[in-house]
Amino acid sequence: MALHNTEYKGLLGWIDARMPTLMSEYKKHMSEYYAPKNFNFWYFFGSFALVVLVIQIVTGIFLVMHYKPDARFAFESVEYIMRDVPGGWFIRYMHSTGASFFFIVVYLHMFRGLLYGSYRKPRELVWIFGCLIFLCLMGEAFFGYLLPWGQMSYWGAQVIVNLFSAIPLIGPDLAVWIRGDYVVSDATLNRFFSFHVIAIPLVLLGLVVAHILALHDVGSNNPDGIEIKDRKGPDGKPLDGIPFHPYYTVHDIFGLSIFLIAFFAIVFFAPEMGGYFLEWNNFIPADPLVTPPHIAPVWYFTPFYSILRATTSDFMWALVAGIVGYAALLYFALPSRLARYATLAVTLVLVVLMLPKSPLALDPKFWGVVLMGVSVLIFFALPWIDQSPVKSMRYRPAWHLWLLMAFAVVFLVLGYLGTQPPEPTLTLIAQAGTLLYFAFFFLMPWWSRVGEFKPVPERVTFAAH
Amino acid sequence: MKRLIAAFALAFAAGSAFAAGAALHLDRWPDRSKDVAALQNGARLFANYCLGCHSANLMRWNRLNDIELDDRQIKDFLIFGPQKVGDTMTIAMNPKDAKVWFGKTPPDLSVIARARTSFDYTGADYLYTLLRGYYRDPASPTGWNNVVYPNIGMPHVLWERQGPREVTIVRTAHAAKGLVRTTTTVDADGRTTETSAPVAETAETGTTVSFKPLAPQLARQYDSDVADLVAYLVFMTEPVRADRARIGVWVLLFLALFTVAAWRLNAVYWKDVK
Repeated sequence: MALHNTEYKGLLGWIDARMPTLMSEYKKHMSEYYAPKNFNFWYFFGSFALVVLVIQIVTGIFLVMHYKPDARFAFESVEYIMRDVPGGWFIRYMHSTGASFFFIVVYLHMFRGLLYGSYRKPRELVWIFGCLIFLCLMGEAFFGYLLPWGQMSYWGAQVIVNLFSAIPLIGPDLAVWIRGDYVVSDATLNRFFSFHVIAIPLVLLGLVVAHILALHDVGSNNPDGIEIKDRKGPDGKPLDGIPFHPYYTVHDIFGLSIFLIAFFAIVFFAPEMGGYFLEWNNFIPADPLVTPPHIAPVWYFTPFYSILRATTSDFMWALVAGIVGYAALLYFALPSRLARYATLAVTLVLVVLMLPKSPLALDPKFWGVVLMGVSVLIFFALPWIDQSPVKSMRYRPAWHLWLLMAFAVVFLVLGYLGTQPPEPTLTLIAQAGTLLYFAFFFLMPWWSRVGEFKPVPERVTFAAH
Repeated sequence: MKRLIAAFALAFAAGSAFAAGAALHLDRWPDRSKDVAALQNGARLFANYCLGCHSANLMRWNRLNDIELDDRQIKDFLIFGPQKVGDTMTIAMNPKDAKVWFGKTPPDLSVIARARTSFDYTGADYLYTLLRGYYRDPASPTGWNNVVYPNIGMPHVLWERQGPREVTIVRTAHAAKGLVRTTTTVDADGRTTETSAPVAETAETGTTVSFKPLAPQLARQYDSDVADLVAYLVFMTEPVRADRARIGVWVLLFLALFTVAAWRLNAVYWKDVK
């Protein structure tokens, strides 16, 4: 077999002659990947997420060298890392801070998608891989949180696994199957450790690769929401594109240095972040006999947790009213007769199962779990429910942006309420927030079409530095 | 008496009374976490008074090197058993026995200052107030009760250092005949006198507790000792804390310089992008 005809000299030439993939992939994804030149602040968070992923994997490798996934030693081994392992405290704080930063960065990365319509055709698959990454991240965070084996680890896991027992018929058995015991115990700790350090990271890495490959096939979106590949120069390169390397590598290194200042300021000066990144109760070893007075998940789960808690039996009436109203809207909007009848049938079933007075009504706790699930999974639908004729908020009616901001506020308010002990007024606010949260998505096929859209320019908006 | 305290919403401490409210009001711990003499005094008090019943299983004796105690001093003045300086601060008491004797196994104190922190107060403030919140209570099995932790299992181990105190508990609550204010005074020997009087319906309900030290000088010294002990507990909860902040300054300085370099590098490249 002949060697590949190479343009490189020396060692690189030797390698390229035998494995041309290396340089062709480097060109495809780095030096000849053309990214729009008008990326702004919001476009930093993708590469930040990649850096945090690397931080989590590297610190995780070192933590596993000293951590003991055994209910008798887990808590002690974490403190052993903090005290006796040289630099162990630094590794552990980077890992715990990295967990929270992963979510901060990913939430901002997703917000960017909503802001500039990054999920729209032809980038639906990029978005779907991204949503799957988000699901993995939630699993990774949940399983990892049990490992320090503190009170919050223990009771947080207990509460979340118990949610599965709300599923009719199979629920209680399912919960036992997940825990491997009747309560969270050593068996649970061992399997969560396995999920946290191997199963989910493997899937996560595969999805990250798929996310980037899918992105590089279609090319990056940009704040103007226009396709740079539509305008190419005589050399076949997009007129508004610049090679990712070196332009965006130096750009991202600059952004990253500021990001790292924030990251390490927390690692060194406030690793507990006021009890939000490391919860105080988690410095008490897990005790299956003492339930803490207030169990709250870590901040990044609280918006969804709020939706779960908001679903009380009183709230079922509001939900049923919402579903009936939505069904009416769908009924008149759907073109085919079959789809209309299906809508009616589904609505009828939902009402029978949800209405508190109905003899077939399921426990509101179950519907809380369903709503929480839907509130996360709804993100998958965005490429199809967003019907706006243009991608970017820059060329959509101003009130679309206000609506998105209002959604962000609702998300933050739900997040705050999820950290608080339940109170009647707070529950009411959370219920209003839940309705608004779902209205934003479920009504999007209609509102995203309404209003006056501005003309989209042919070339990206860019002022040279 | 127990129920009286259980319904607490209190204000106390000689000289500084706090407004009664639903939340627990704590005295502010004077931060001595950088005062080596205070930390050493705290370590001495801890080894002498706490380590009998409470362990610090996660803390090695020679970690006290960080507060400028050398191995010789640790061995000679602080370790009372057969332990070596490389051992952790374990205790001989069986946790099961302890549970029978005190109703609850005394918690390990290695990370107690962190564990007792909450969104409302720091663990240091909690411990500082707790250790100064004991009063005589003949109804309690140990003869002691505590305003921060009602019906606490732990007796007032440091009582000799604090000296005798008189406590006055004023409780305003609804009784059969309307709002009644009951004033209970417990003197240094635990003798209780109680007076009740009806008050106007507009009076605020709740309980306030105040102390009157009968040996003020001793009590002042005790407050200072407790502040030192808490400083030690705070140190023990995260011995690396001082190092962490010291290293952090250099890391951030480096990153600031790096940011300037990255910023200029970026500018040089992007000059070409028109």
